[in-house]
Amino acid sequence: MMGSHMTFPAETPPLATPETPLLRVEGLGKFYGARIGCADVCFDLFPGEVLGIVGESGSGKSTLLSCLAGFLEADAGRVLYRGRDIRAMAEPERRMLSRTEWAFVHQNPRDGLRMGVSAGGNVGERLMAVGARNYGSIRDTATDWLGRVEIAPERIDDRPRQFSGGMQQRLQIARNLVTGPRLVFMDEPTGGLDVSVQARLLDLLRGLVRDMGLSVIIVTHDLAVARLLADRLMVMKDGHVIEQGLTDQVLDDPQAAYTQLLVSSVLQV
Amino acid sequence: MIDIENLSKSFTLHNQGGAVIPVMAGAQMHVARGECVALTGASGAGKSTLMRMIYGNYLAASGVIRVGGLDVVRAAPREIIALRRETLGYVSQFLRVVPRVPTRTVVAEPLLALGRPQAEAFARAEDLLRRLNIPERLWSLSPTTFSGGEQQRVNIARGFAHDYPALLLDEPTASLDAANRAVVLDLIADAKARGAAIVGIFHDEAARALVCDREIDVTGFTPARVA
Amino acid sequence: MSEAAYNFAYLDEATKRMIRRALLKGLAIPGYQVPFASREMPMPYGWGTGGVQVTAACLTPEDCLKVIDQGADDTTNAVSIRKFFERTAGVATTEHTAEASVIQTRHRIPEQALTEGQILVYQVPIPEPLRFLEPRESETRRMHALEEYGLMHVKLYEDIARHGAIATSYAYPVKVEGRYVMDPSPIPKFDNPKLGGNAAIQLFGAGREQRIYALPPYTQVVSLDFEDHPFEPSKADHDCDLCGAAQSYLDEVITDDRGGRMFICSDTDFCASRRADGLRGRLSPEEAA
Repeated sequence: MMGSHMTFPAETPPLATPETPLLRVEGLGKFYGARIGCADVCFDLFPGEVLGIVGESGSGKSTLLSCLAGFLEADAGRVLYRGRDIRAMAEPERRMLSRTEWAFVHQNPRDGLRMGVSAGGNVGERLMAVGARNYGSIRDTATDWLGRVEIAPERIDDRPRQFSGGMQQRLQIARNLVTGPRLVFMDEPTGGLDVSVQARLLDLLRGLVRDMGLSVIIVTHDLAVARLLADRLMVMKDGHVIEQGLTDQVLDDPQAAYTQLLVSSVLQV
Repeated sequence: MIDIENLSKSFTLHNQGGAVIPVMAGAQMHVARGECVALTGASGAGKSTLMRMIYGNYLAASGVIRVGGLDVVRAAPREIIALRRETLGYVSQFLRVVPRVPTRTVVAEPLLALGRPQAEAFARAEDLLRRLNIPERLWSLSPTTFSGGEQQRVNIARGFAHDYPALLLDEPTASLDAANRAVVLDLIADAKARGAAIVGIFHDEAARALVCDREIDVTGFTPARVA
Repeated sequence: MSEAAYNFAYLDEATKRMIRRALLKGLAIPGYQVPFASREMPMPYGWGTGGVQVTAACLTPEDCLKVIDQGADDTTNAVSIRKFFERTAGVATTEHTAEASVIQTRHRIPEQALTEGQILVYQVPIPEPLRFLEPRESETRRMHALEEYGLMHVKLYEDIARHGAIATSYAYPVKVEGRYVMDPSPIPKFDNPKLGGNAAIQLFGAGREQRIYALPPYTQVVSLDFEDHPFEPSKADHDCDLCGAAQSYLDEVITDDRGGRMFICSDTDFCASRRADGLRGRLSPEEAA
């Protein structure tokens, strides 16, 4: 039978090793007319690393994330994924990447889920998108993933609408991780959730990151979330990266004036 | 194992008129394998600051901190992360964990991060928790709800889960009763015996005398105050 | 205004040429939805304006036209469209599938196998098979372009999850020549196997949505399915009560207020031809008489 071109590429480029970055960003910039979205952003992300991007609203962290994930067209610089510039990549290939090796977890689960489709269908979509054609095995995989994100298997045929906010977010994570991506973008993944629900999600994410060896870029304005999830931190202000380093070093011994202000502004509990 | 040369540190308080406060200059220190060195000096003399710099938590202004061959002052974050995962352990005074995570997992985490099988990691965690007299019924609960002393013992168990070649101990025996204090001193002695290089802060002088081979008074590293 | 005042087959020549261009493009790229400048027709949307425009662009004075609605030649829609072309094009019309050179259809493919030289024109209400799950036209066009059809299977997955089997029974999506996923118009899935390898030219017109697509003769058309839930064309589990046909698609007709019902061929020409050949079903009037 013809068709079903949608399978994983047969030959895979060499894996990024702990010595070579999975993602290299060079001089990335995005401009809205005269206004700077983000500018001169440079960093390497290695396999298994979690990079936190912090800053206040309007600091350019979401713009940066959108440029990296390919939602926004950057105006300057290069984004090299496993050595290849994604800005120069053809759209089909880029979209294929974002369905297989990449994942994006939105702040609002409604942006990342199909609300009219059952939980199982949501999780199965990425599998079907890369050519899975066996209903039974798709369903088995979906059941397994619901379990991994602590959703009872008997809810597999319920729509996300019937789920709580925390469950929706966990479902979104399952939907994204089911194809075993290498690079996950997260935009305020714990944003709209109660603190107790947040903690559970953070724990879950940490376990998945460790067990799957994921590289993660997580945008958050919550420094506590950054401390618990991120290995490294990048602090942004007015579209520029003003400080980066080891997460606890940046939070405990901030060098830039703005970072010091940011850290000292957090209410202690 | 831990070699410090000509280390200096200052804090710049941008939000308080840009005041620059030098806190350390010319620090020098060498700790060999199997050796335990106590940092001493009055409160505020810079014991914790030095320890945090060795761990990469504070950024040094200049100098060299070599831990197992890696210069922490110049290392990339991921190199420090690898160092902390494999080589350099740290028992702080405060437990900082994700709420909700069971105590057993908290203690096993350093081993899980090294890719050890879960069964092995949990067995080691349970052994340590038992030695430190954390009742078994608490193992599946999050330590965030524990008393200060219990939290401290969980923290110690976590710090000793992996046999780090180098260890930093910040007041490991503070707020412990005699029995648990003895357990911790045993753990430290065991670590020394297997060749770990240890730097510690002990206000507990008797403990210090028992496990430490040398003392270094960090007052000597305090820069001359600008009048 | 008299019929003679209209151009042949109602539409002006420039419009017909525009539509023919779209048809040729559609034939060149089987299954691809070609946009075209659909005209206002003297009938409401939903009555087959797309099909009528395609038929008008295809007709020549020598053609013989057949129009069916749900397989029947004698329903309002079919009668109206047939009359429309009788008056505006003056072409011969027929109810016999084999005699027709152009057949406009709504919701059925004739039972009798079509032959080379015949054109089958479908009326299409919603040409976009992906719309069920992705309402953005900009996005569905991109998905077609990049061959991202996972979503189509999500729809089938949902069917099985909810009903235990693929419950989609009409407008069942197909993949054309291993490339484009296509909505075959609301024909019953019983008819899907006739789409592929068909000797006739199959043209699809969606008037309101301004889309034309096509299947040239002998095109490969595969109904989407899962390995463990294969596609199955289905029909009512009966024989035709009038002609006794076991392999034709049946309509269920309620005959009284006491639950009485009968099953008859939806293709009226097929049924009538069989009866003319002397074949009989369970409730044939000739036998009841």
